[in-house]
Amino acid sequence: MDFDLIVIGAGPGGYVTAIRASQLGMKTAIIERENLGGICLNWGCIPTKALLKSGELYETMGHAEAYGLKIEGRSYDFTKVIERSRGVAKQLSAGVAFLMKKHKIEVIDGDAKLEKGDPAPKVTVALKDGGSRTLQAKHVVLAAGARARTIPQIGLEPDGERIWTYREAMVPKVIPKSLLVIGSGAIGIEFASFYRALGAQVTVIEALERILPVEDEEVSKAAHKAFEKRGLKFRVPAKVTKLEKTPSGVSLTVEAGGKTETLEAEVAIVAVGIAGNVENLGLEDLGVKVDRGHVVIDAHAATNVKGLYAIGDVAGPPWLAHKASHEGVHCIEHIAGLKSTNLTAPIPGCTYSTPQVASVGLTEAQAKAEGRQVKVGRFPFRVNGKAIAAGELEGFVKTVFDAETGALIGAHMIGGEVTEMIQGFTIAITMEATEAELMETVFPHPTMSEAMHEAVLDAYGRVLHL
Amino acid sequence: MSIDILMPALSPTMEEGTLAKWHVKPGDAVRSGDVIAEIETDKATMEVEAVEEGVVESLLVPEGTENVKVNAPIARLSGEGGETPAPATPPTAAAPSAPPSGGRAESAASVRPPSAEGDHPKGGGGAAAAPKAAAGERVLASPLARRLAERAGLDLKTIQGSGPHGRVIKRDVDAASQGARPKAAPSPSPVAKPQAAPAAEAPRQVQSLEQMGVTPGSYDLIPLTGMNKTVARRMTESFRDVPHFPLTIDVEIDALLAARAKINALLESQKIKVSVNDIVIKAVAVALKRVPEANASYTPEGIAMHHHADIAMAVAIDGGLITPIIRAAETKGLAQIATETKDLAERARTRKLKPEEYQGGTFSVSNLGMFGIKSFSSIINEPQGAILSVGAGEKRAVARGDQLAVATVMSVTITCDHRVVDGATGARFLQVFKPLIEDPLTMLV
Repeated sequence: MDFDLIVIGAGPGGYVTAIRASQLGMKTAIIERENLGGICLNWGCIPTKALLKSGELYETMGHAEAYGLKIEGRSYDFTKVIERSRGVAKQLSAGVAFLMKKHKIEVIDGDAKLEKGDPAPKVTVALKDGGSRTLQAKHVVLAAGARARTIPQIGLEPDGERIWTYREAMVPKVIPKSLLVIGSGAIGIEFASFYRALGAQVTVIEALERILPVEDEEVSKAAHKAFEKRGLKFRVPAKVTKLEKTPSGVSLTVEAGGKTETLEAEVAIVAVGIAGNVENLGLEDLGVKVDRGHVVIDAHAATNVKGLYAIGDVAGPPWLAHKASHEGVHCIEHIAGLKSTNLTAPIPGCTYSTPQVASVGLTEAQAKAEGRQVKVGRFPFRVNGKAIAAGELEGFVKTVFDAETGALIGAHMIGGEVTEMIQGFTIAITMEATEAELMETVFPHPTMSEAMHEAVLDAYGRVLHL
Repeated sequence: MSIDILMPALSPTMEEGTLAKWHVKPGDAVRSGDVIAEIETDKATMEVEAVEEGVVESLLVPEGTENVKVNAPIARLSGEGGETPAPATPPTAAAPSAPPSGGRAESAASVRPPSAEGDHPKGGGGAAAAPKAAAGERVLASPLARRLAERAGLDLKTIQGSGPHGRVIKRDVDAASQGARPKAAPSPSPVAKPQAAPAAEAPRQVQSLEQMGVTPGSYDLIPLTGMNKTVARRMTESFRDVPHFPLTIDVEIDALLAARAKINALLESQKIKVSVNDIVIKAVAVALKRVPEANASYTPEGIAMHHHADIAMAVAIDGGLITPIIRAAETKGLAQIATETKDLAERARTRKLKPEEYQGGTFSVSNLGMFGIKSFSSIINEPQGAILSVGAGEKRAVARGDQLAVATVMSVTITCDHRVVDGATGARFLQVFKPLIEDPLTMLV
């Protein structure tokens, strides 16, 4: 037996799984084919946040006068913006390498493939430096991640030049003058927000009824308005029928309201979802159950094959780094025979556009669809002292309570720094707080978080500052 | 650290039992939910589940031992160190002779009926009673779990928590209120326990007084007591969920009053005084033996025909009411009934009743005669099938043939659960009850 545990994939799901396993005394190895930290650190969450910070600052500089400041000759060096983003990614990837060393986790660079083994599948690694190693462990956790979903049949496939996925969009050589973003989930909206902030003409196309379709409807609407104010254009709902390259860029055919329209731009970004990395891992030969591009798992992240577990993006939505880490920890604690963390804990979601969007739990519509009676509270930032002082007047906080039990079941926010605030409600839902505890909680003044308190009070007809 | 597994109480009244069978031996690793032993009482055999994880260090009571006292240590587990913090265990000297009074002592085991499906979720459903924390000890529970348990009338201490450090969370309360519903009939008492009523499935959303236009500050708010809440919940559920209807009949009690005077004269030396209500209780019990269909409870599994007439009598006490029970009243003489009712009522007022003294009656009697109430119709005390409301005995004009006469008349009303006691049955009960009261001698027949 070479290891107690082998983790395949060193993204935020895989490396956190490995650390937890090591903490519990398991001899652990982690296999990575590219960079430690996975997409999240290298091509996702982190570098986009660096880009978006540049975009946000640039936008703020644009209305510096509102704060009594004067900036002349506002401009940017795009190469430096990208460089900074890459630097941040590099720094964090090095941080993961340090963590692996600290926890005595063996990092193996290469491509992993599974084959039959006992008590868990054998793992053969085609090493990056040549040669191969075959390893046997007691348990194998598959954390292979995911990639951008493509639809080649209608041209939604990156060419690296004019048709991009998040990967190309992260390291462009120049800012396109015009841009089409296909898909209005978090990834699409964040890139749209960034490129718009730096001056590109951006049109977002969404097939569903509204942008940010997983968010609460009121938040979607408010976001739509706020983005339009910044010059983003939308085609919602609109069905993409064909994306083609033209001599000068791309041409996109969309159908909306029975009419066909052709949109032209220099570049298109395809952000129509995520596909699990289930190929070339030997899953078919092992008979691992895969459903619509994702490995099927049980309540403890076990696959149908003995000794093989799957977590994170490869095991299905929501495709979020923190969901992957959480699943990994749960999986390991279960393997170790501990009372594991709650796998069904609510997973918050954040979109780092300007304004930001954050939510946890059920939307009002979802709660009602479950047949629940709800109490809903709202509070706008435009009457919050700190928000006024900071000039962050957009947006609001919305709370959804189960009217029968008083349990907080959903929270939805749009506005400045709401991604840093949603955690308050996430703790509340995870700990099964009711309106009583939330009302009794003292929120510091002056903060934008006071709007969270008010949104709770509002659900019970007790709002104070409105 | 070691954890003692204590002899669990399988019922509120159980004081001892037989350790019928061990399913584990020293050295075995057990996980929460594993069946570790079987325990027999005169009523049933129950399986004992481990609540904590660990390795069986020793079995303290050999298989087949009879008369093992509740709360006596029966086995010792060595808990896993490190990641599984063993909950605070009270000093293990819960001496074998310690009476099971007060809250149930902590035990590292829980009990489930053997008939429960084998695949029920670990630490989840099964019997509601998983003795957990001693009285006064802080129970880890989420705010939502506390609220739901209170509404369902469940004691958090009896619920096994599945959250971090055994914290009771919503799903545990949900499982407990599911588990509390009668499943099969493992013992000869398939009647739904009071707290087994499906937890108020859709509690009515009540508007605040302010929302309803009452000026804030124009009233004092007295916090609800546990009894307030229990009464509110049980009465609401009964009135809403039980299809009830009243039947009223007048009975003449002059003969009864005369008989009572004679009886009391006889019992004077023993300082026993029989009340009209005592005689009513006796008459009800006798009538129930003659019309057993009225001494029944509706359960989802069938109609429970009670063997005895356990008569619950409503006693008003400070801050609410309680219904202590005269067990097997049909077998008891008036002197004994009078002695018991006096004792129970006194102890009810001083709140010294034990749960088994006020839970599980088969028929209730409520008497507001002393307040001059002529007639009224009570709310059924679930799971009982009926309740008798006794009005004031008062002189009334009665027609005897074509003559007008004066008699002492008392109106009594039976409220019936139509699922078990239909109109004809209720009427038959009153028909039998009436002559018993009007001619008390016939009770002797």
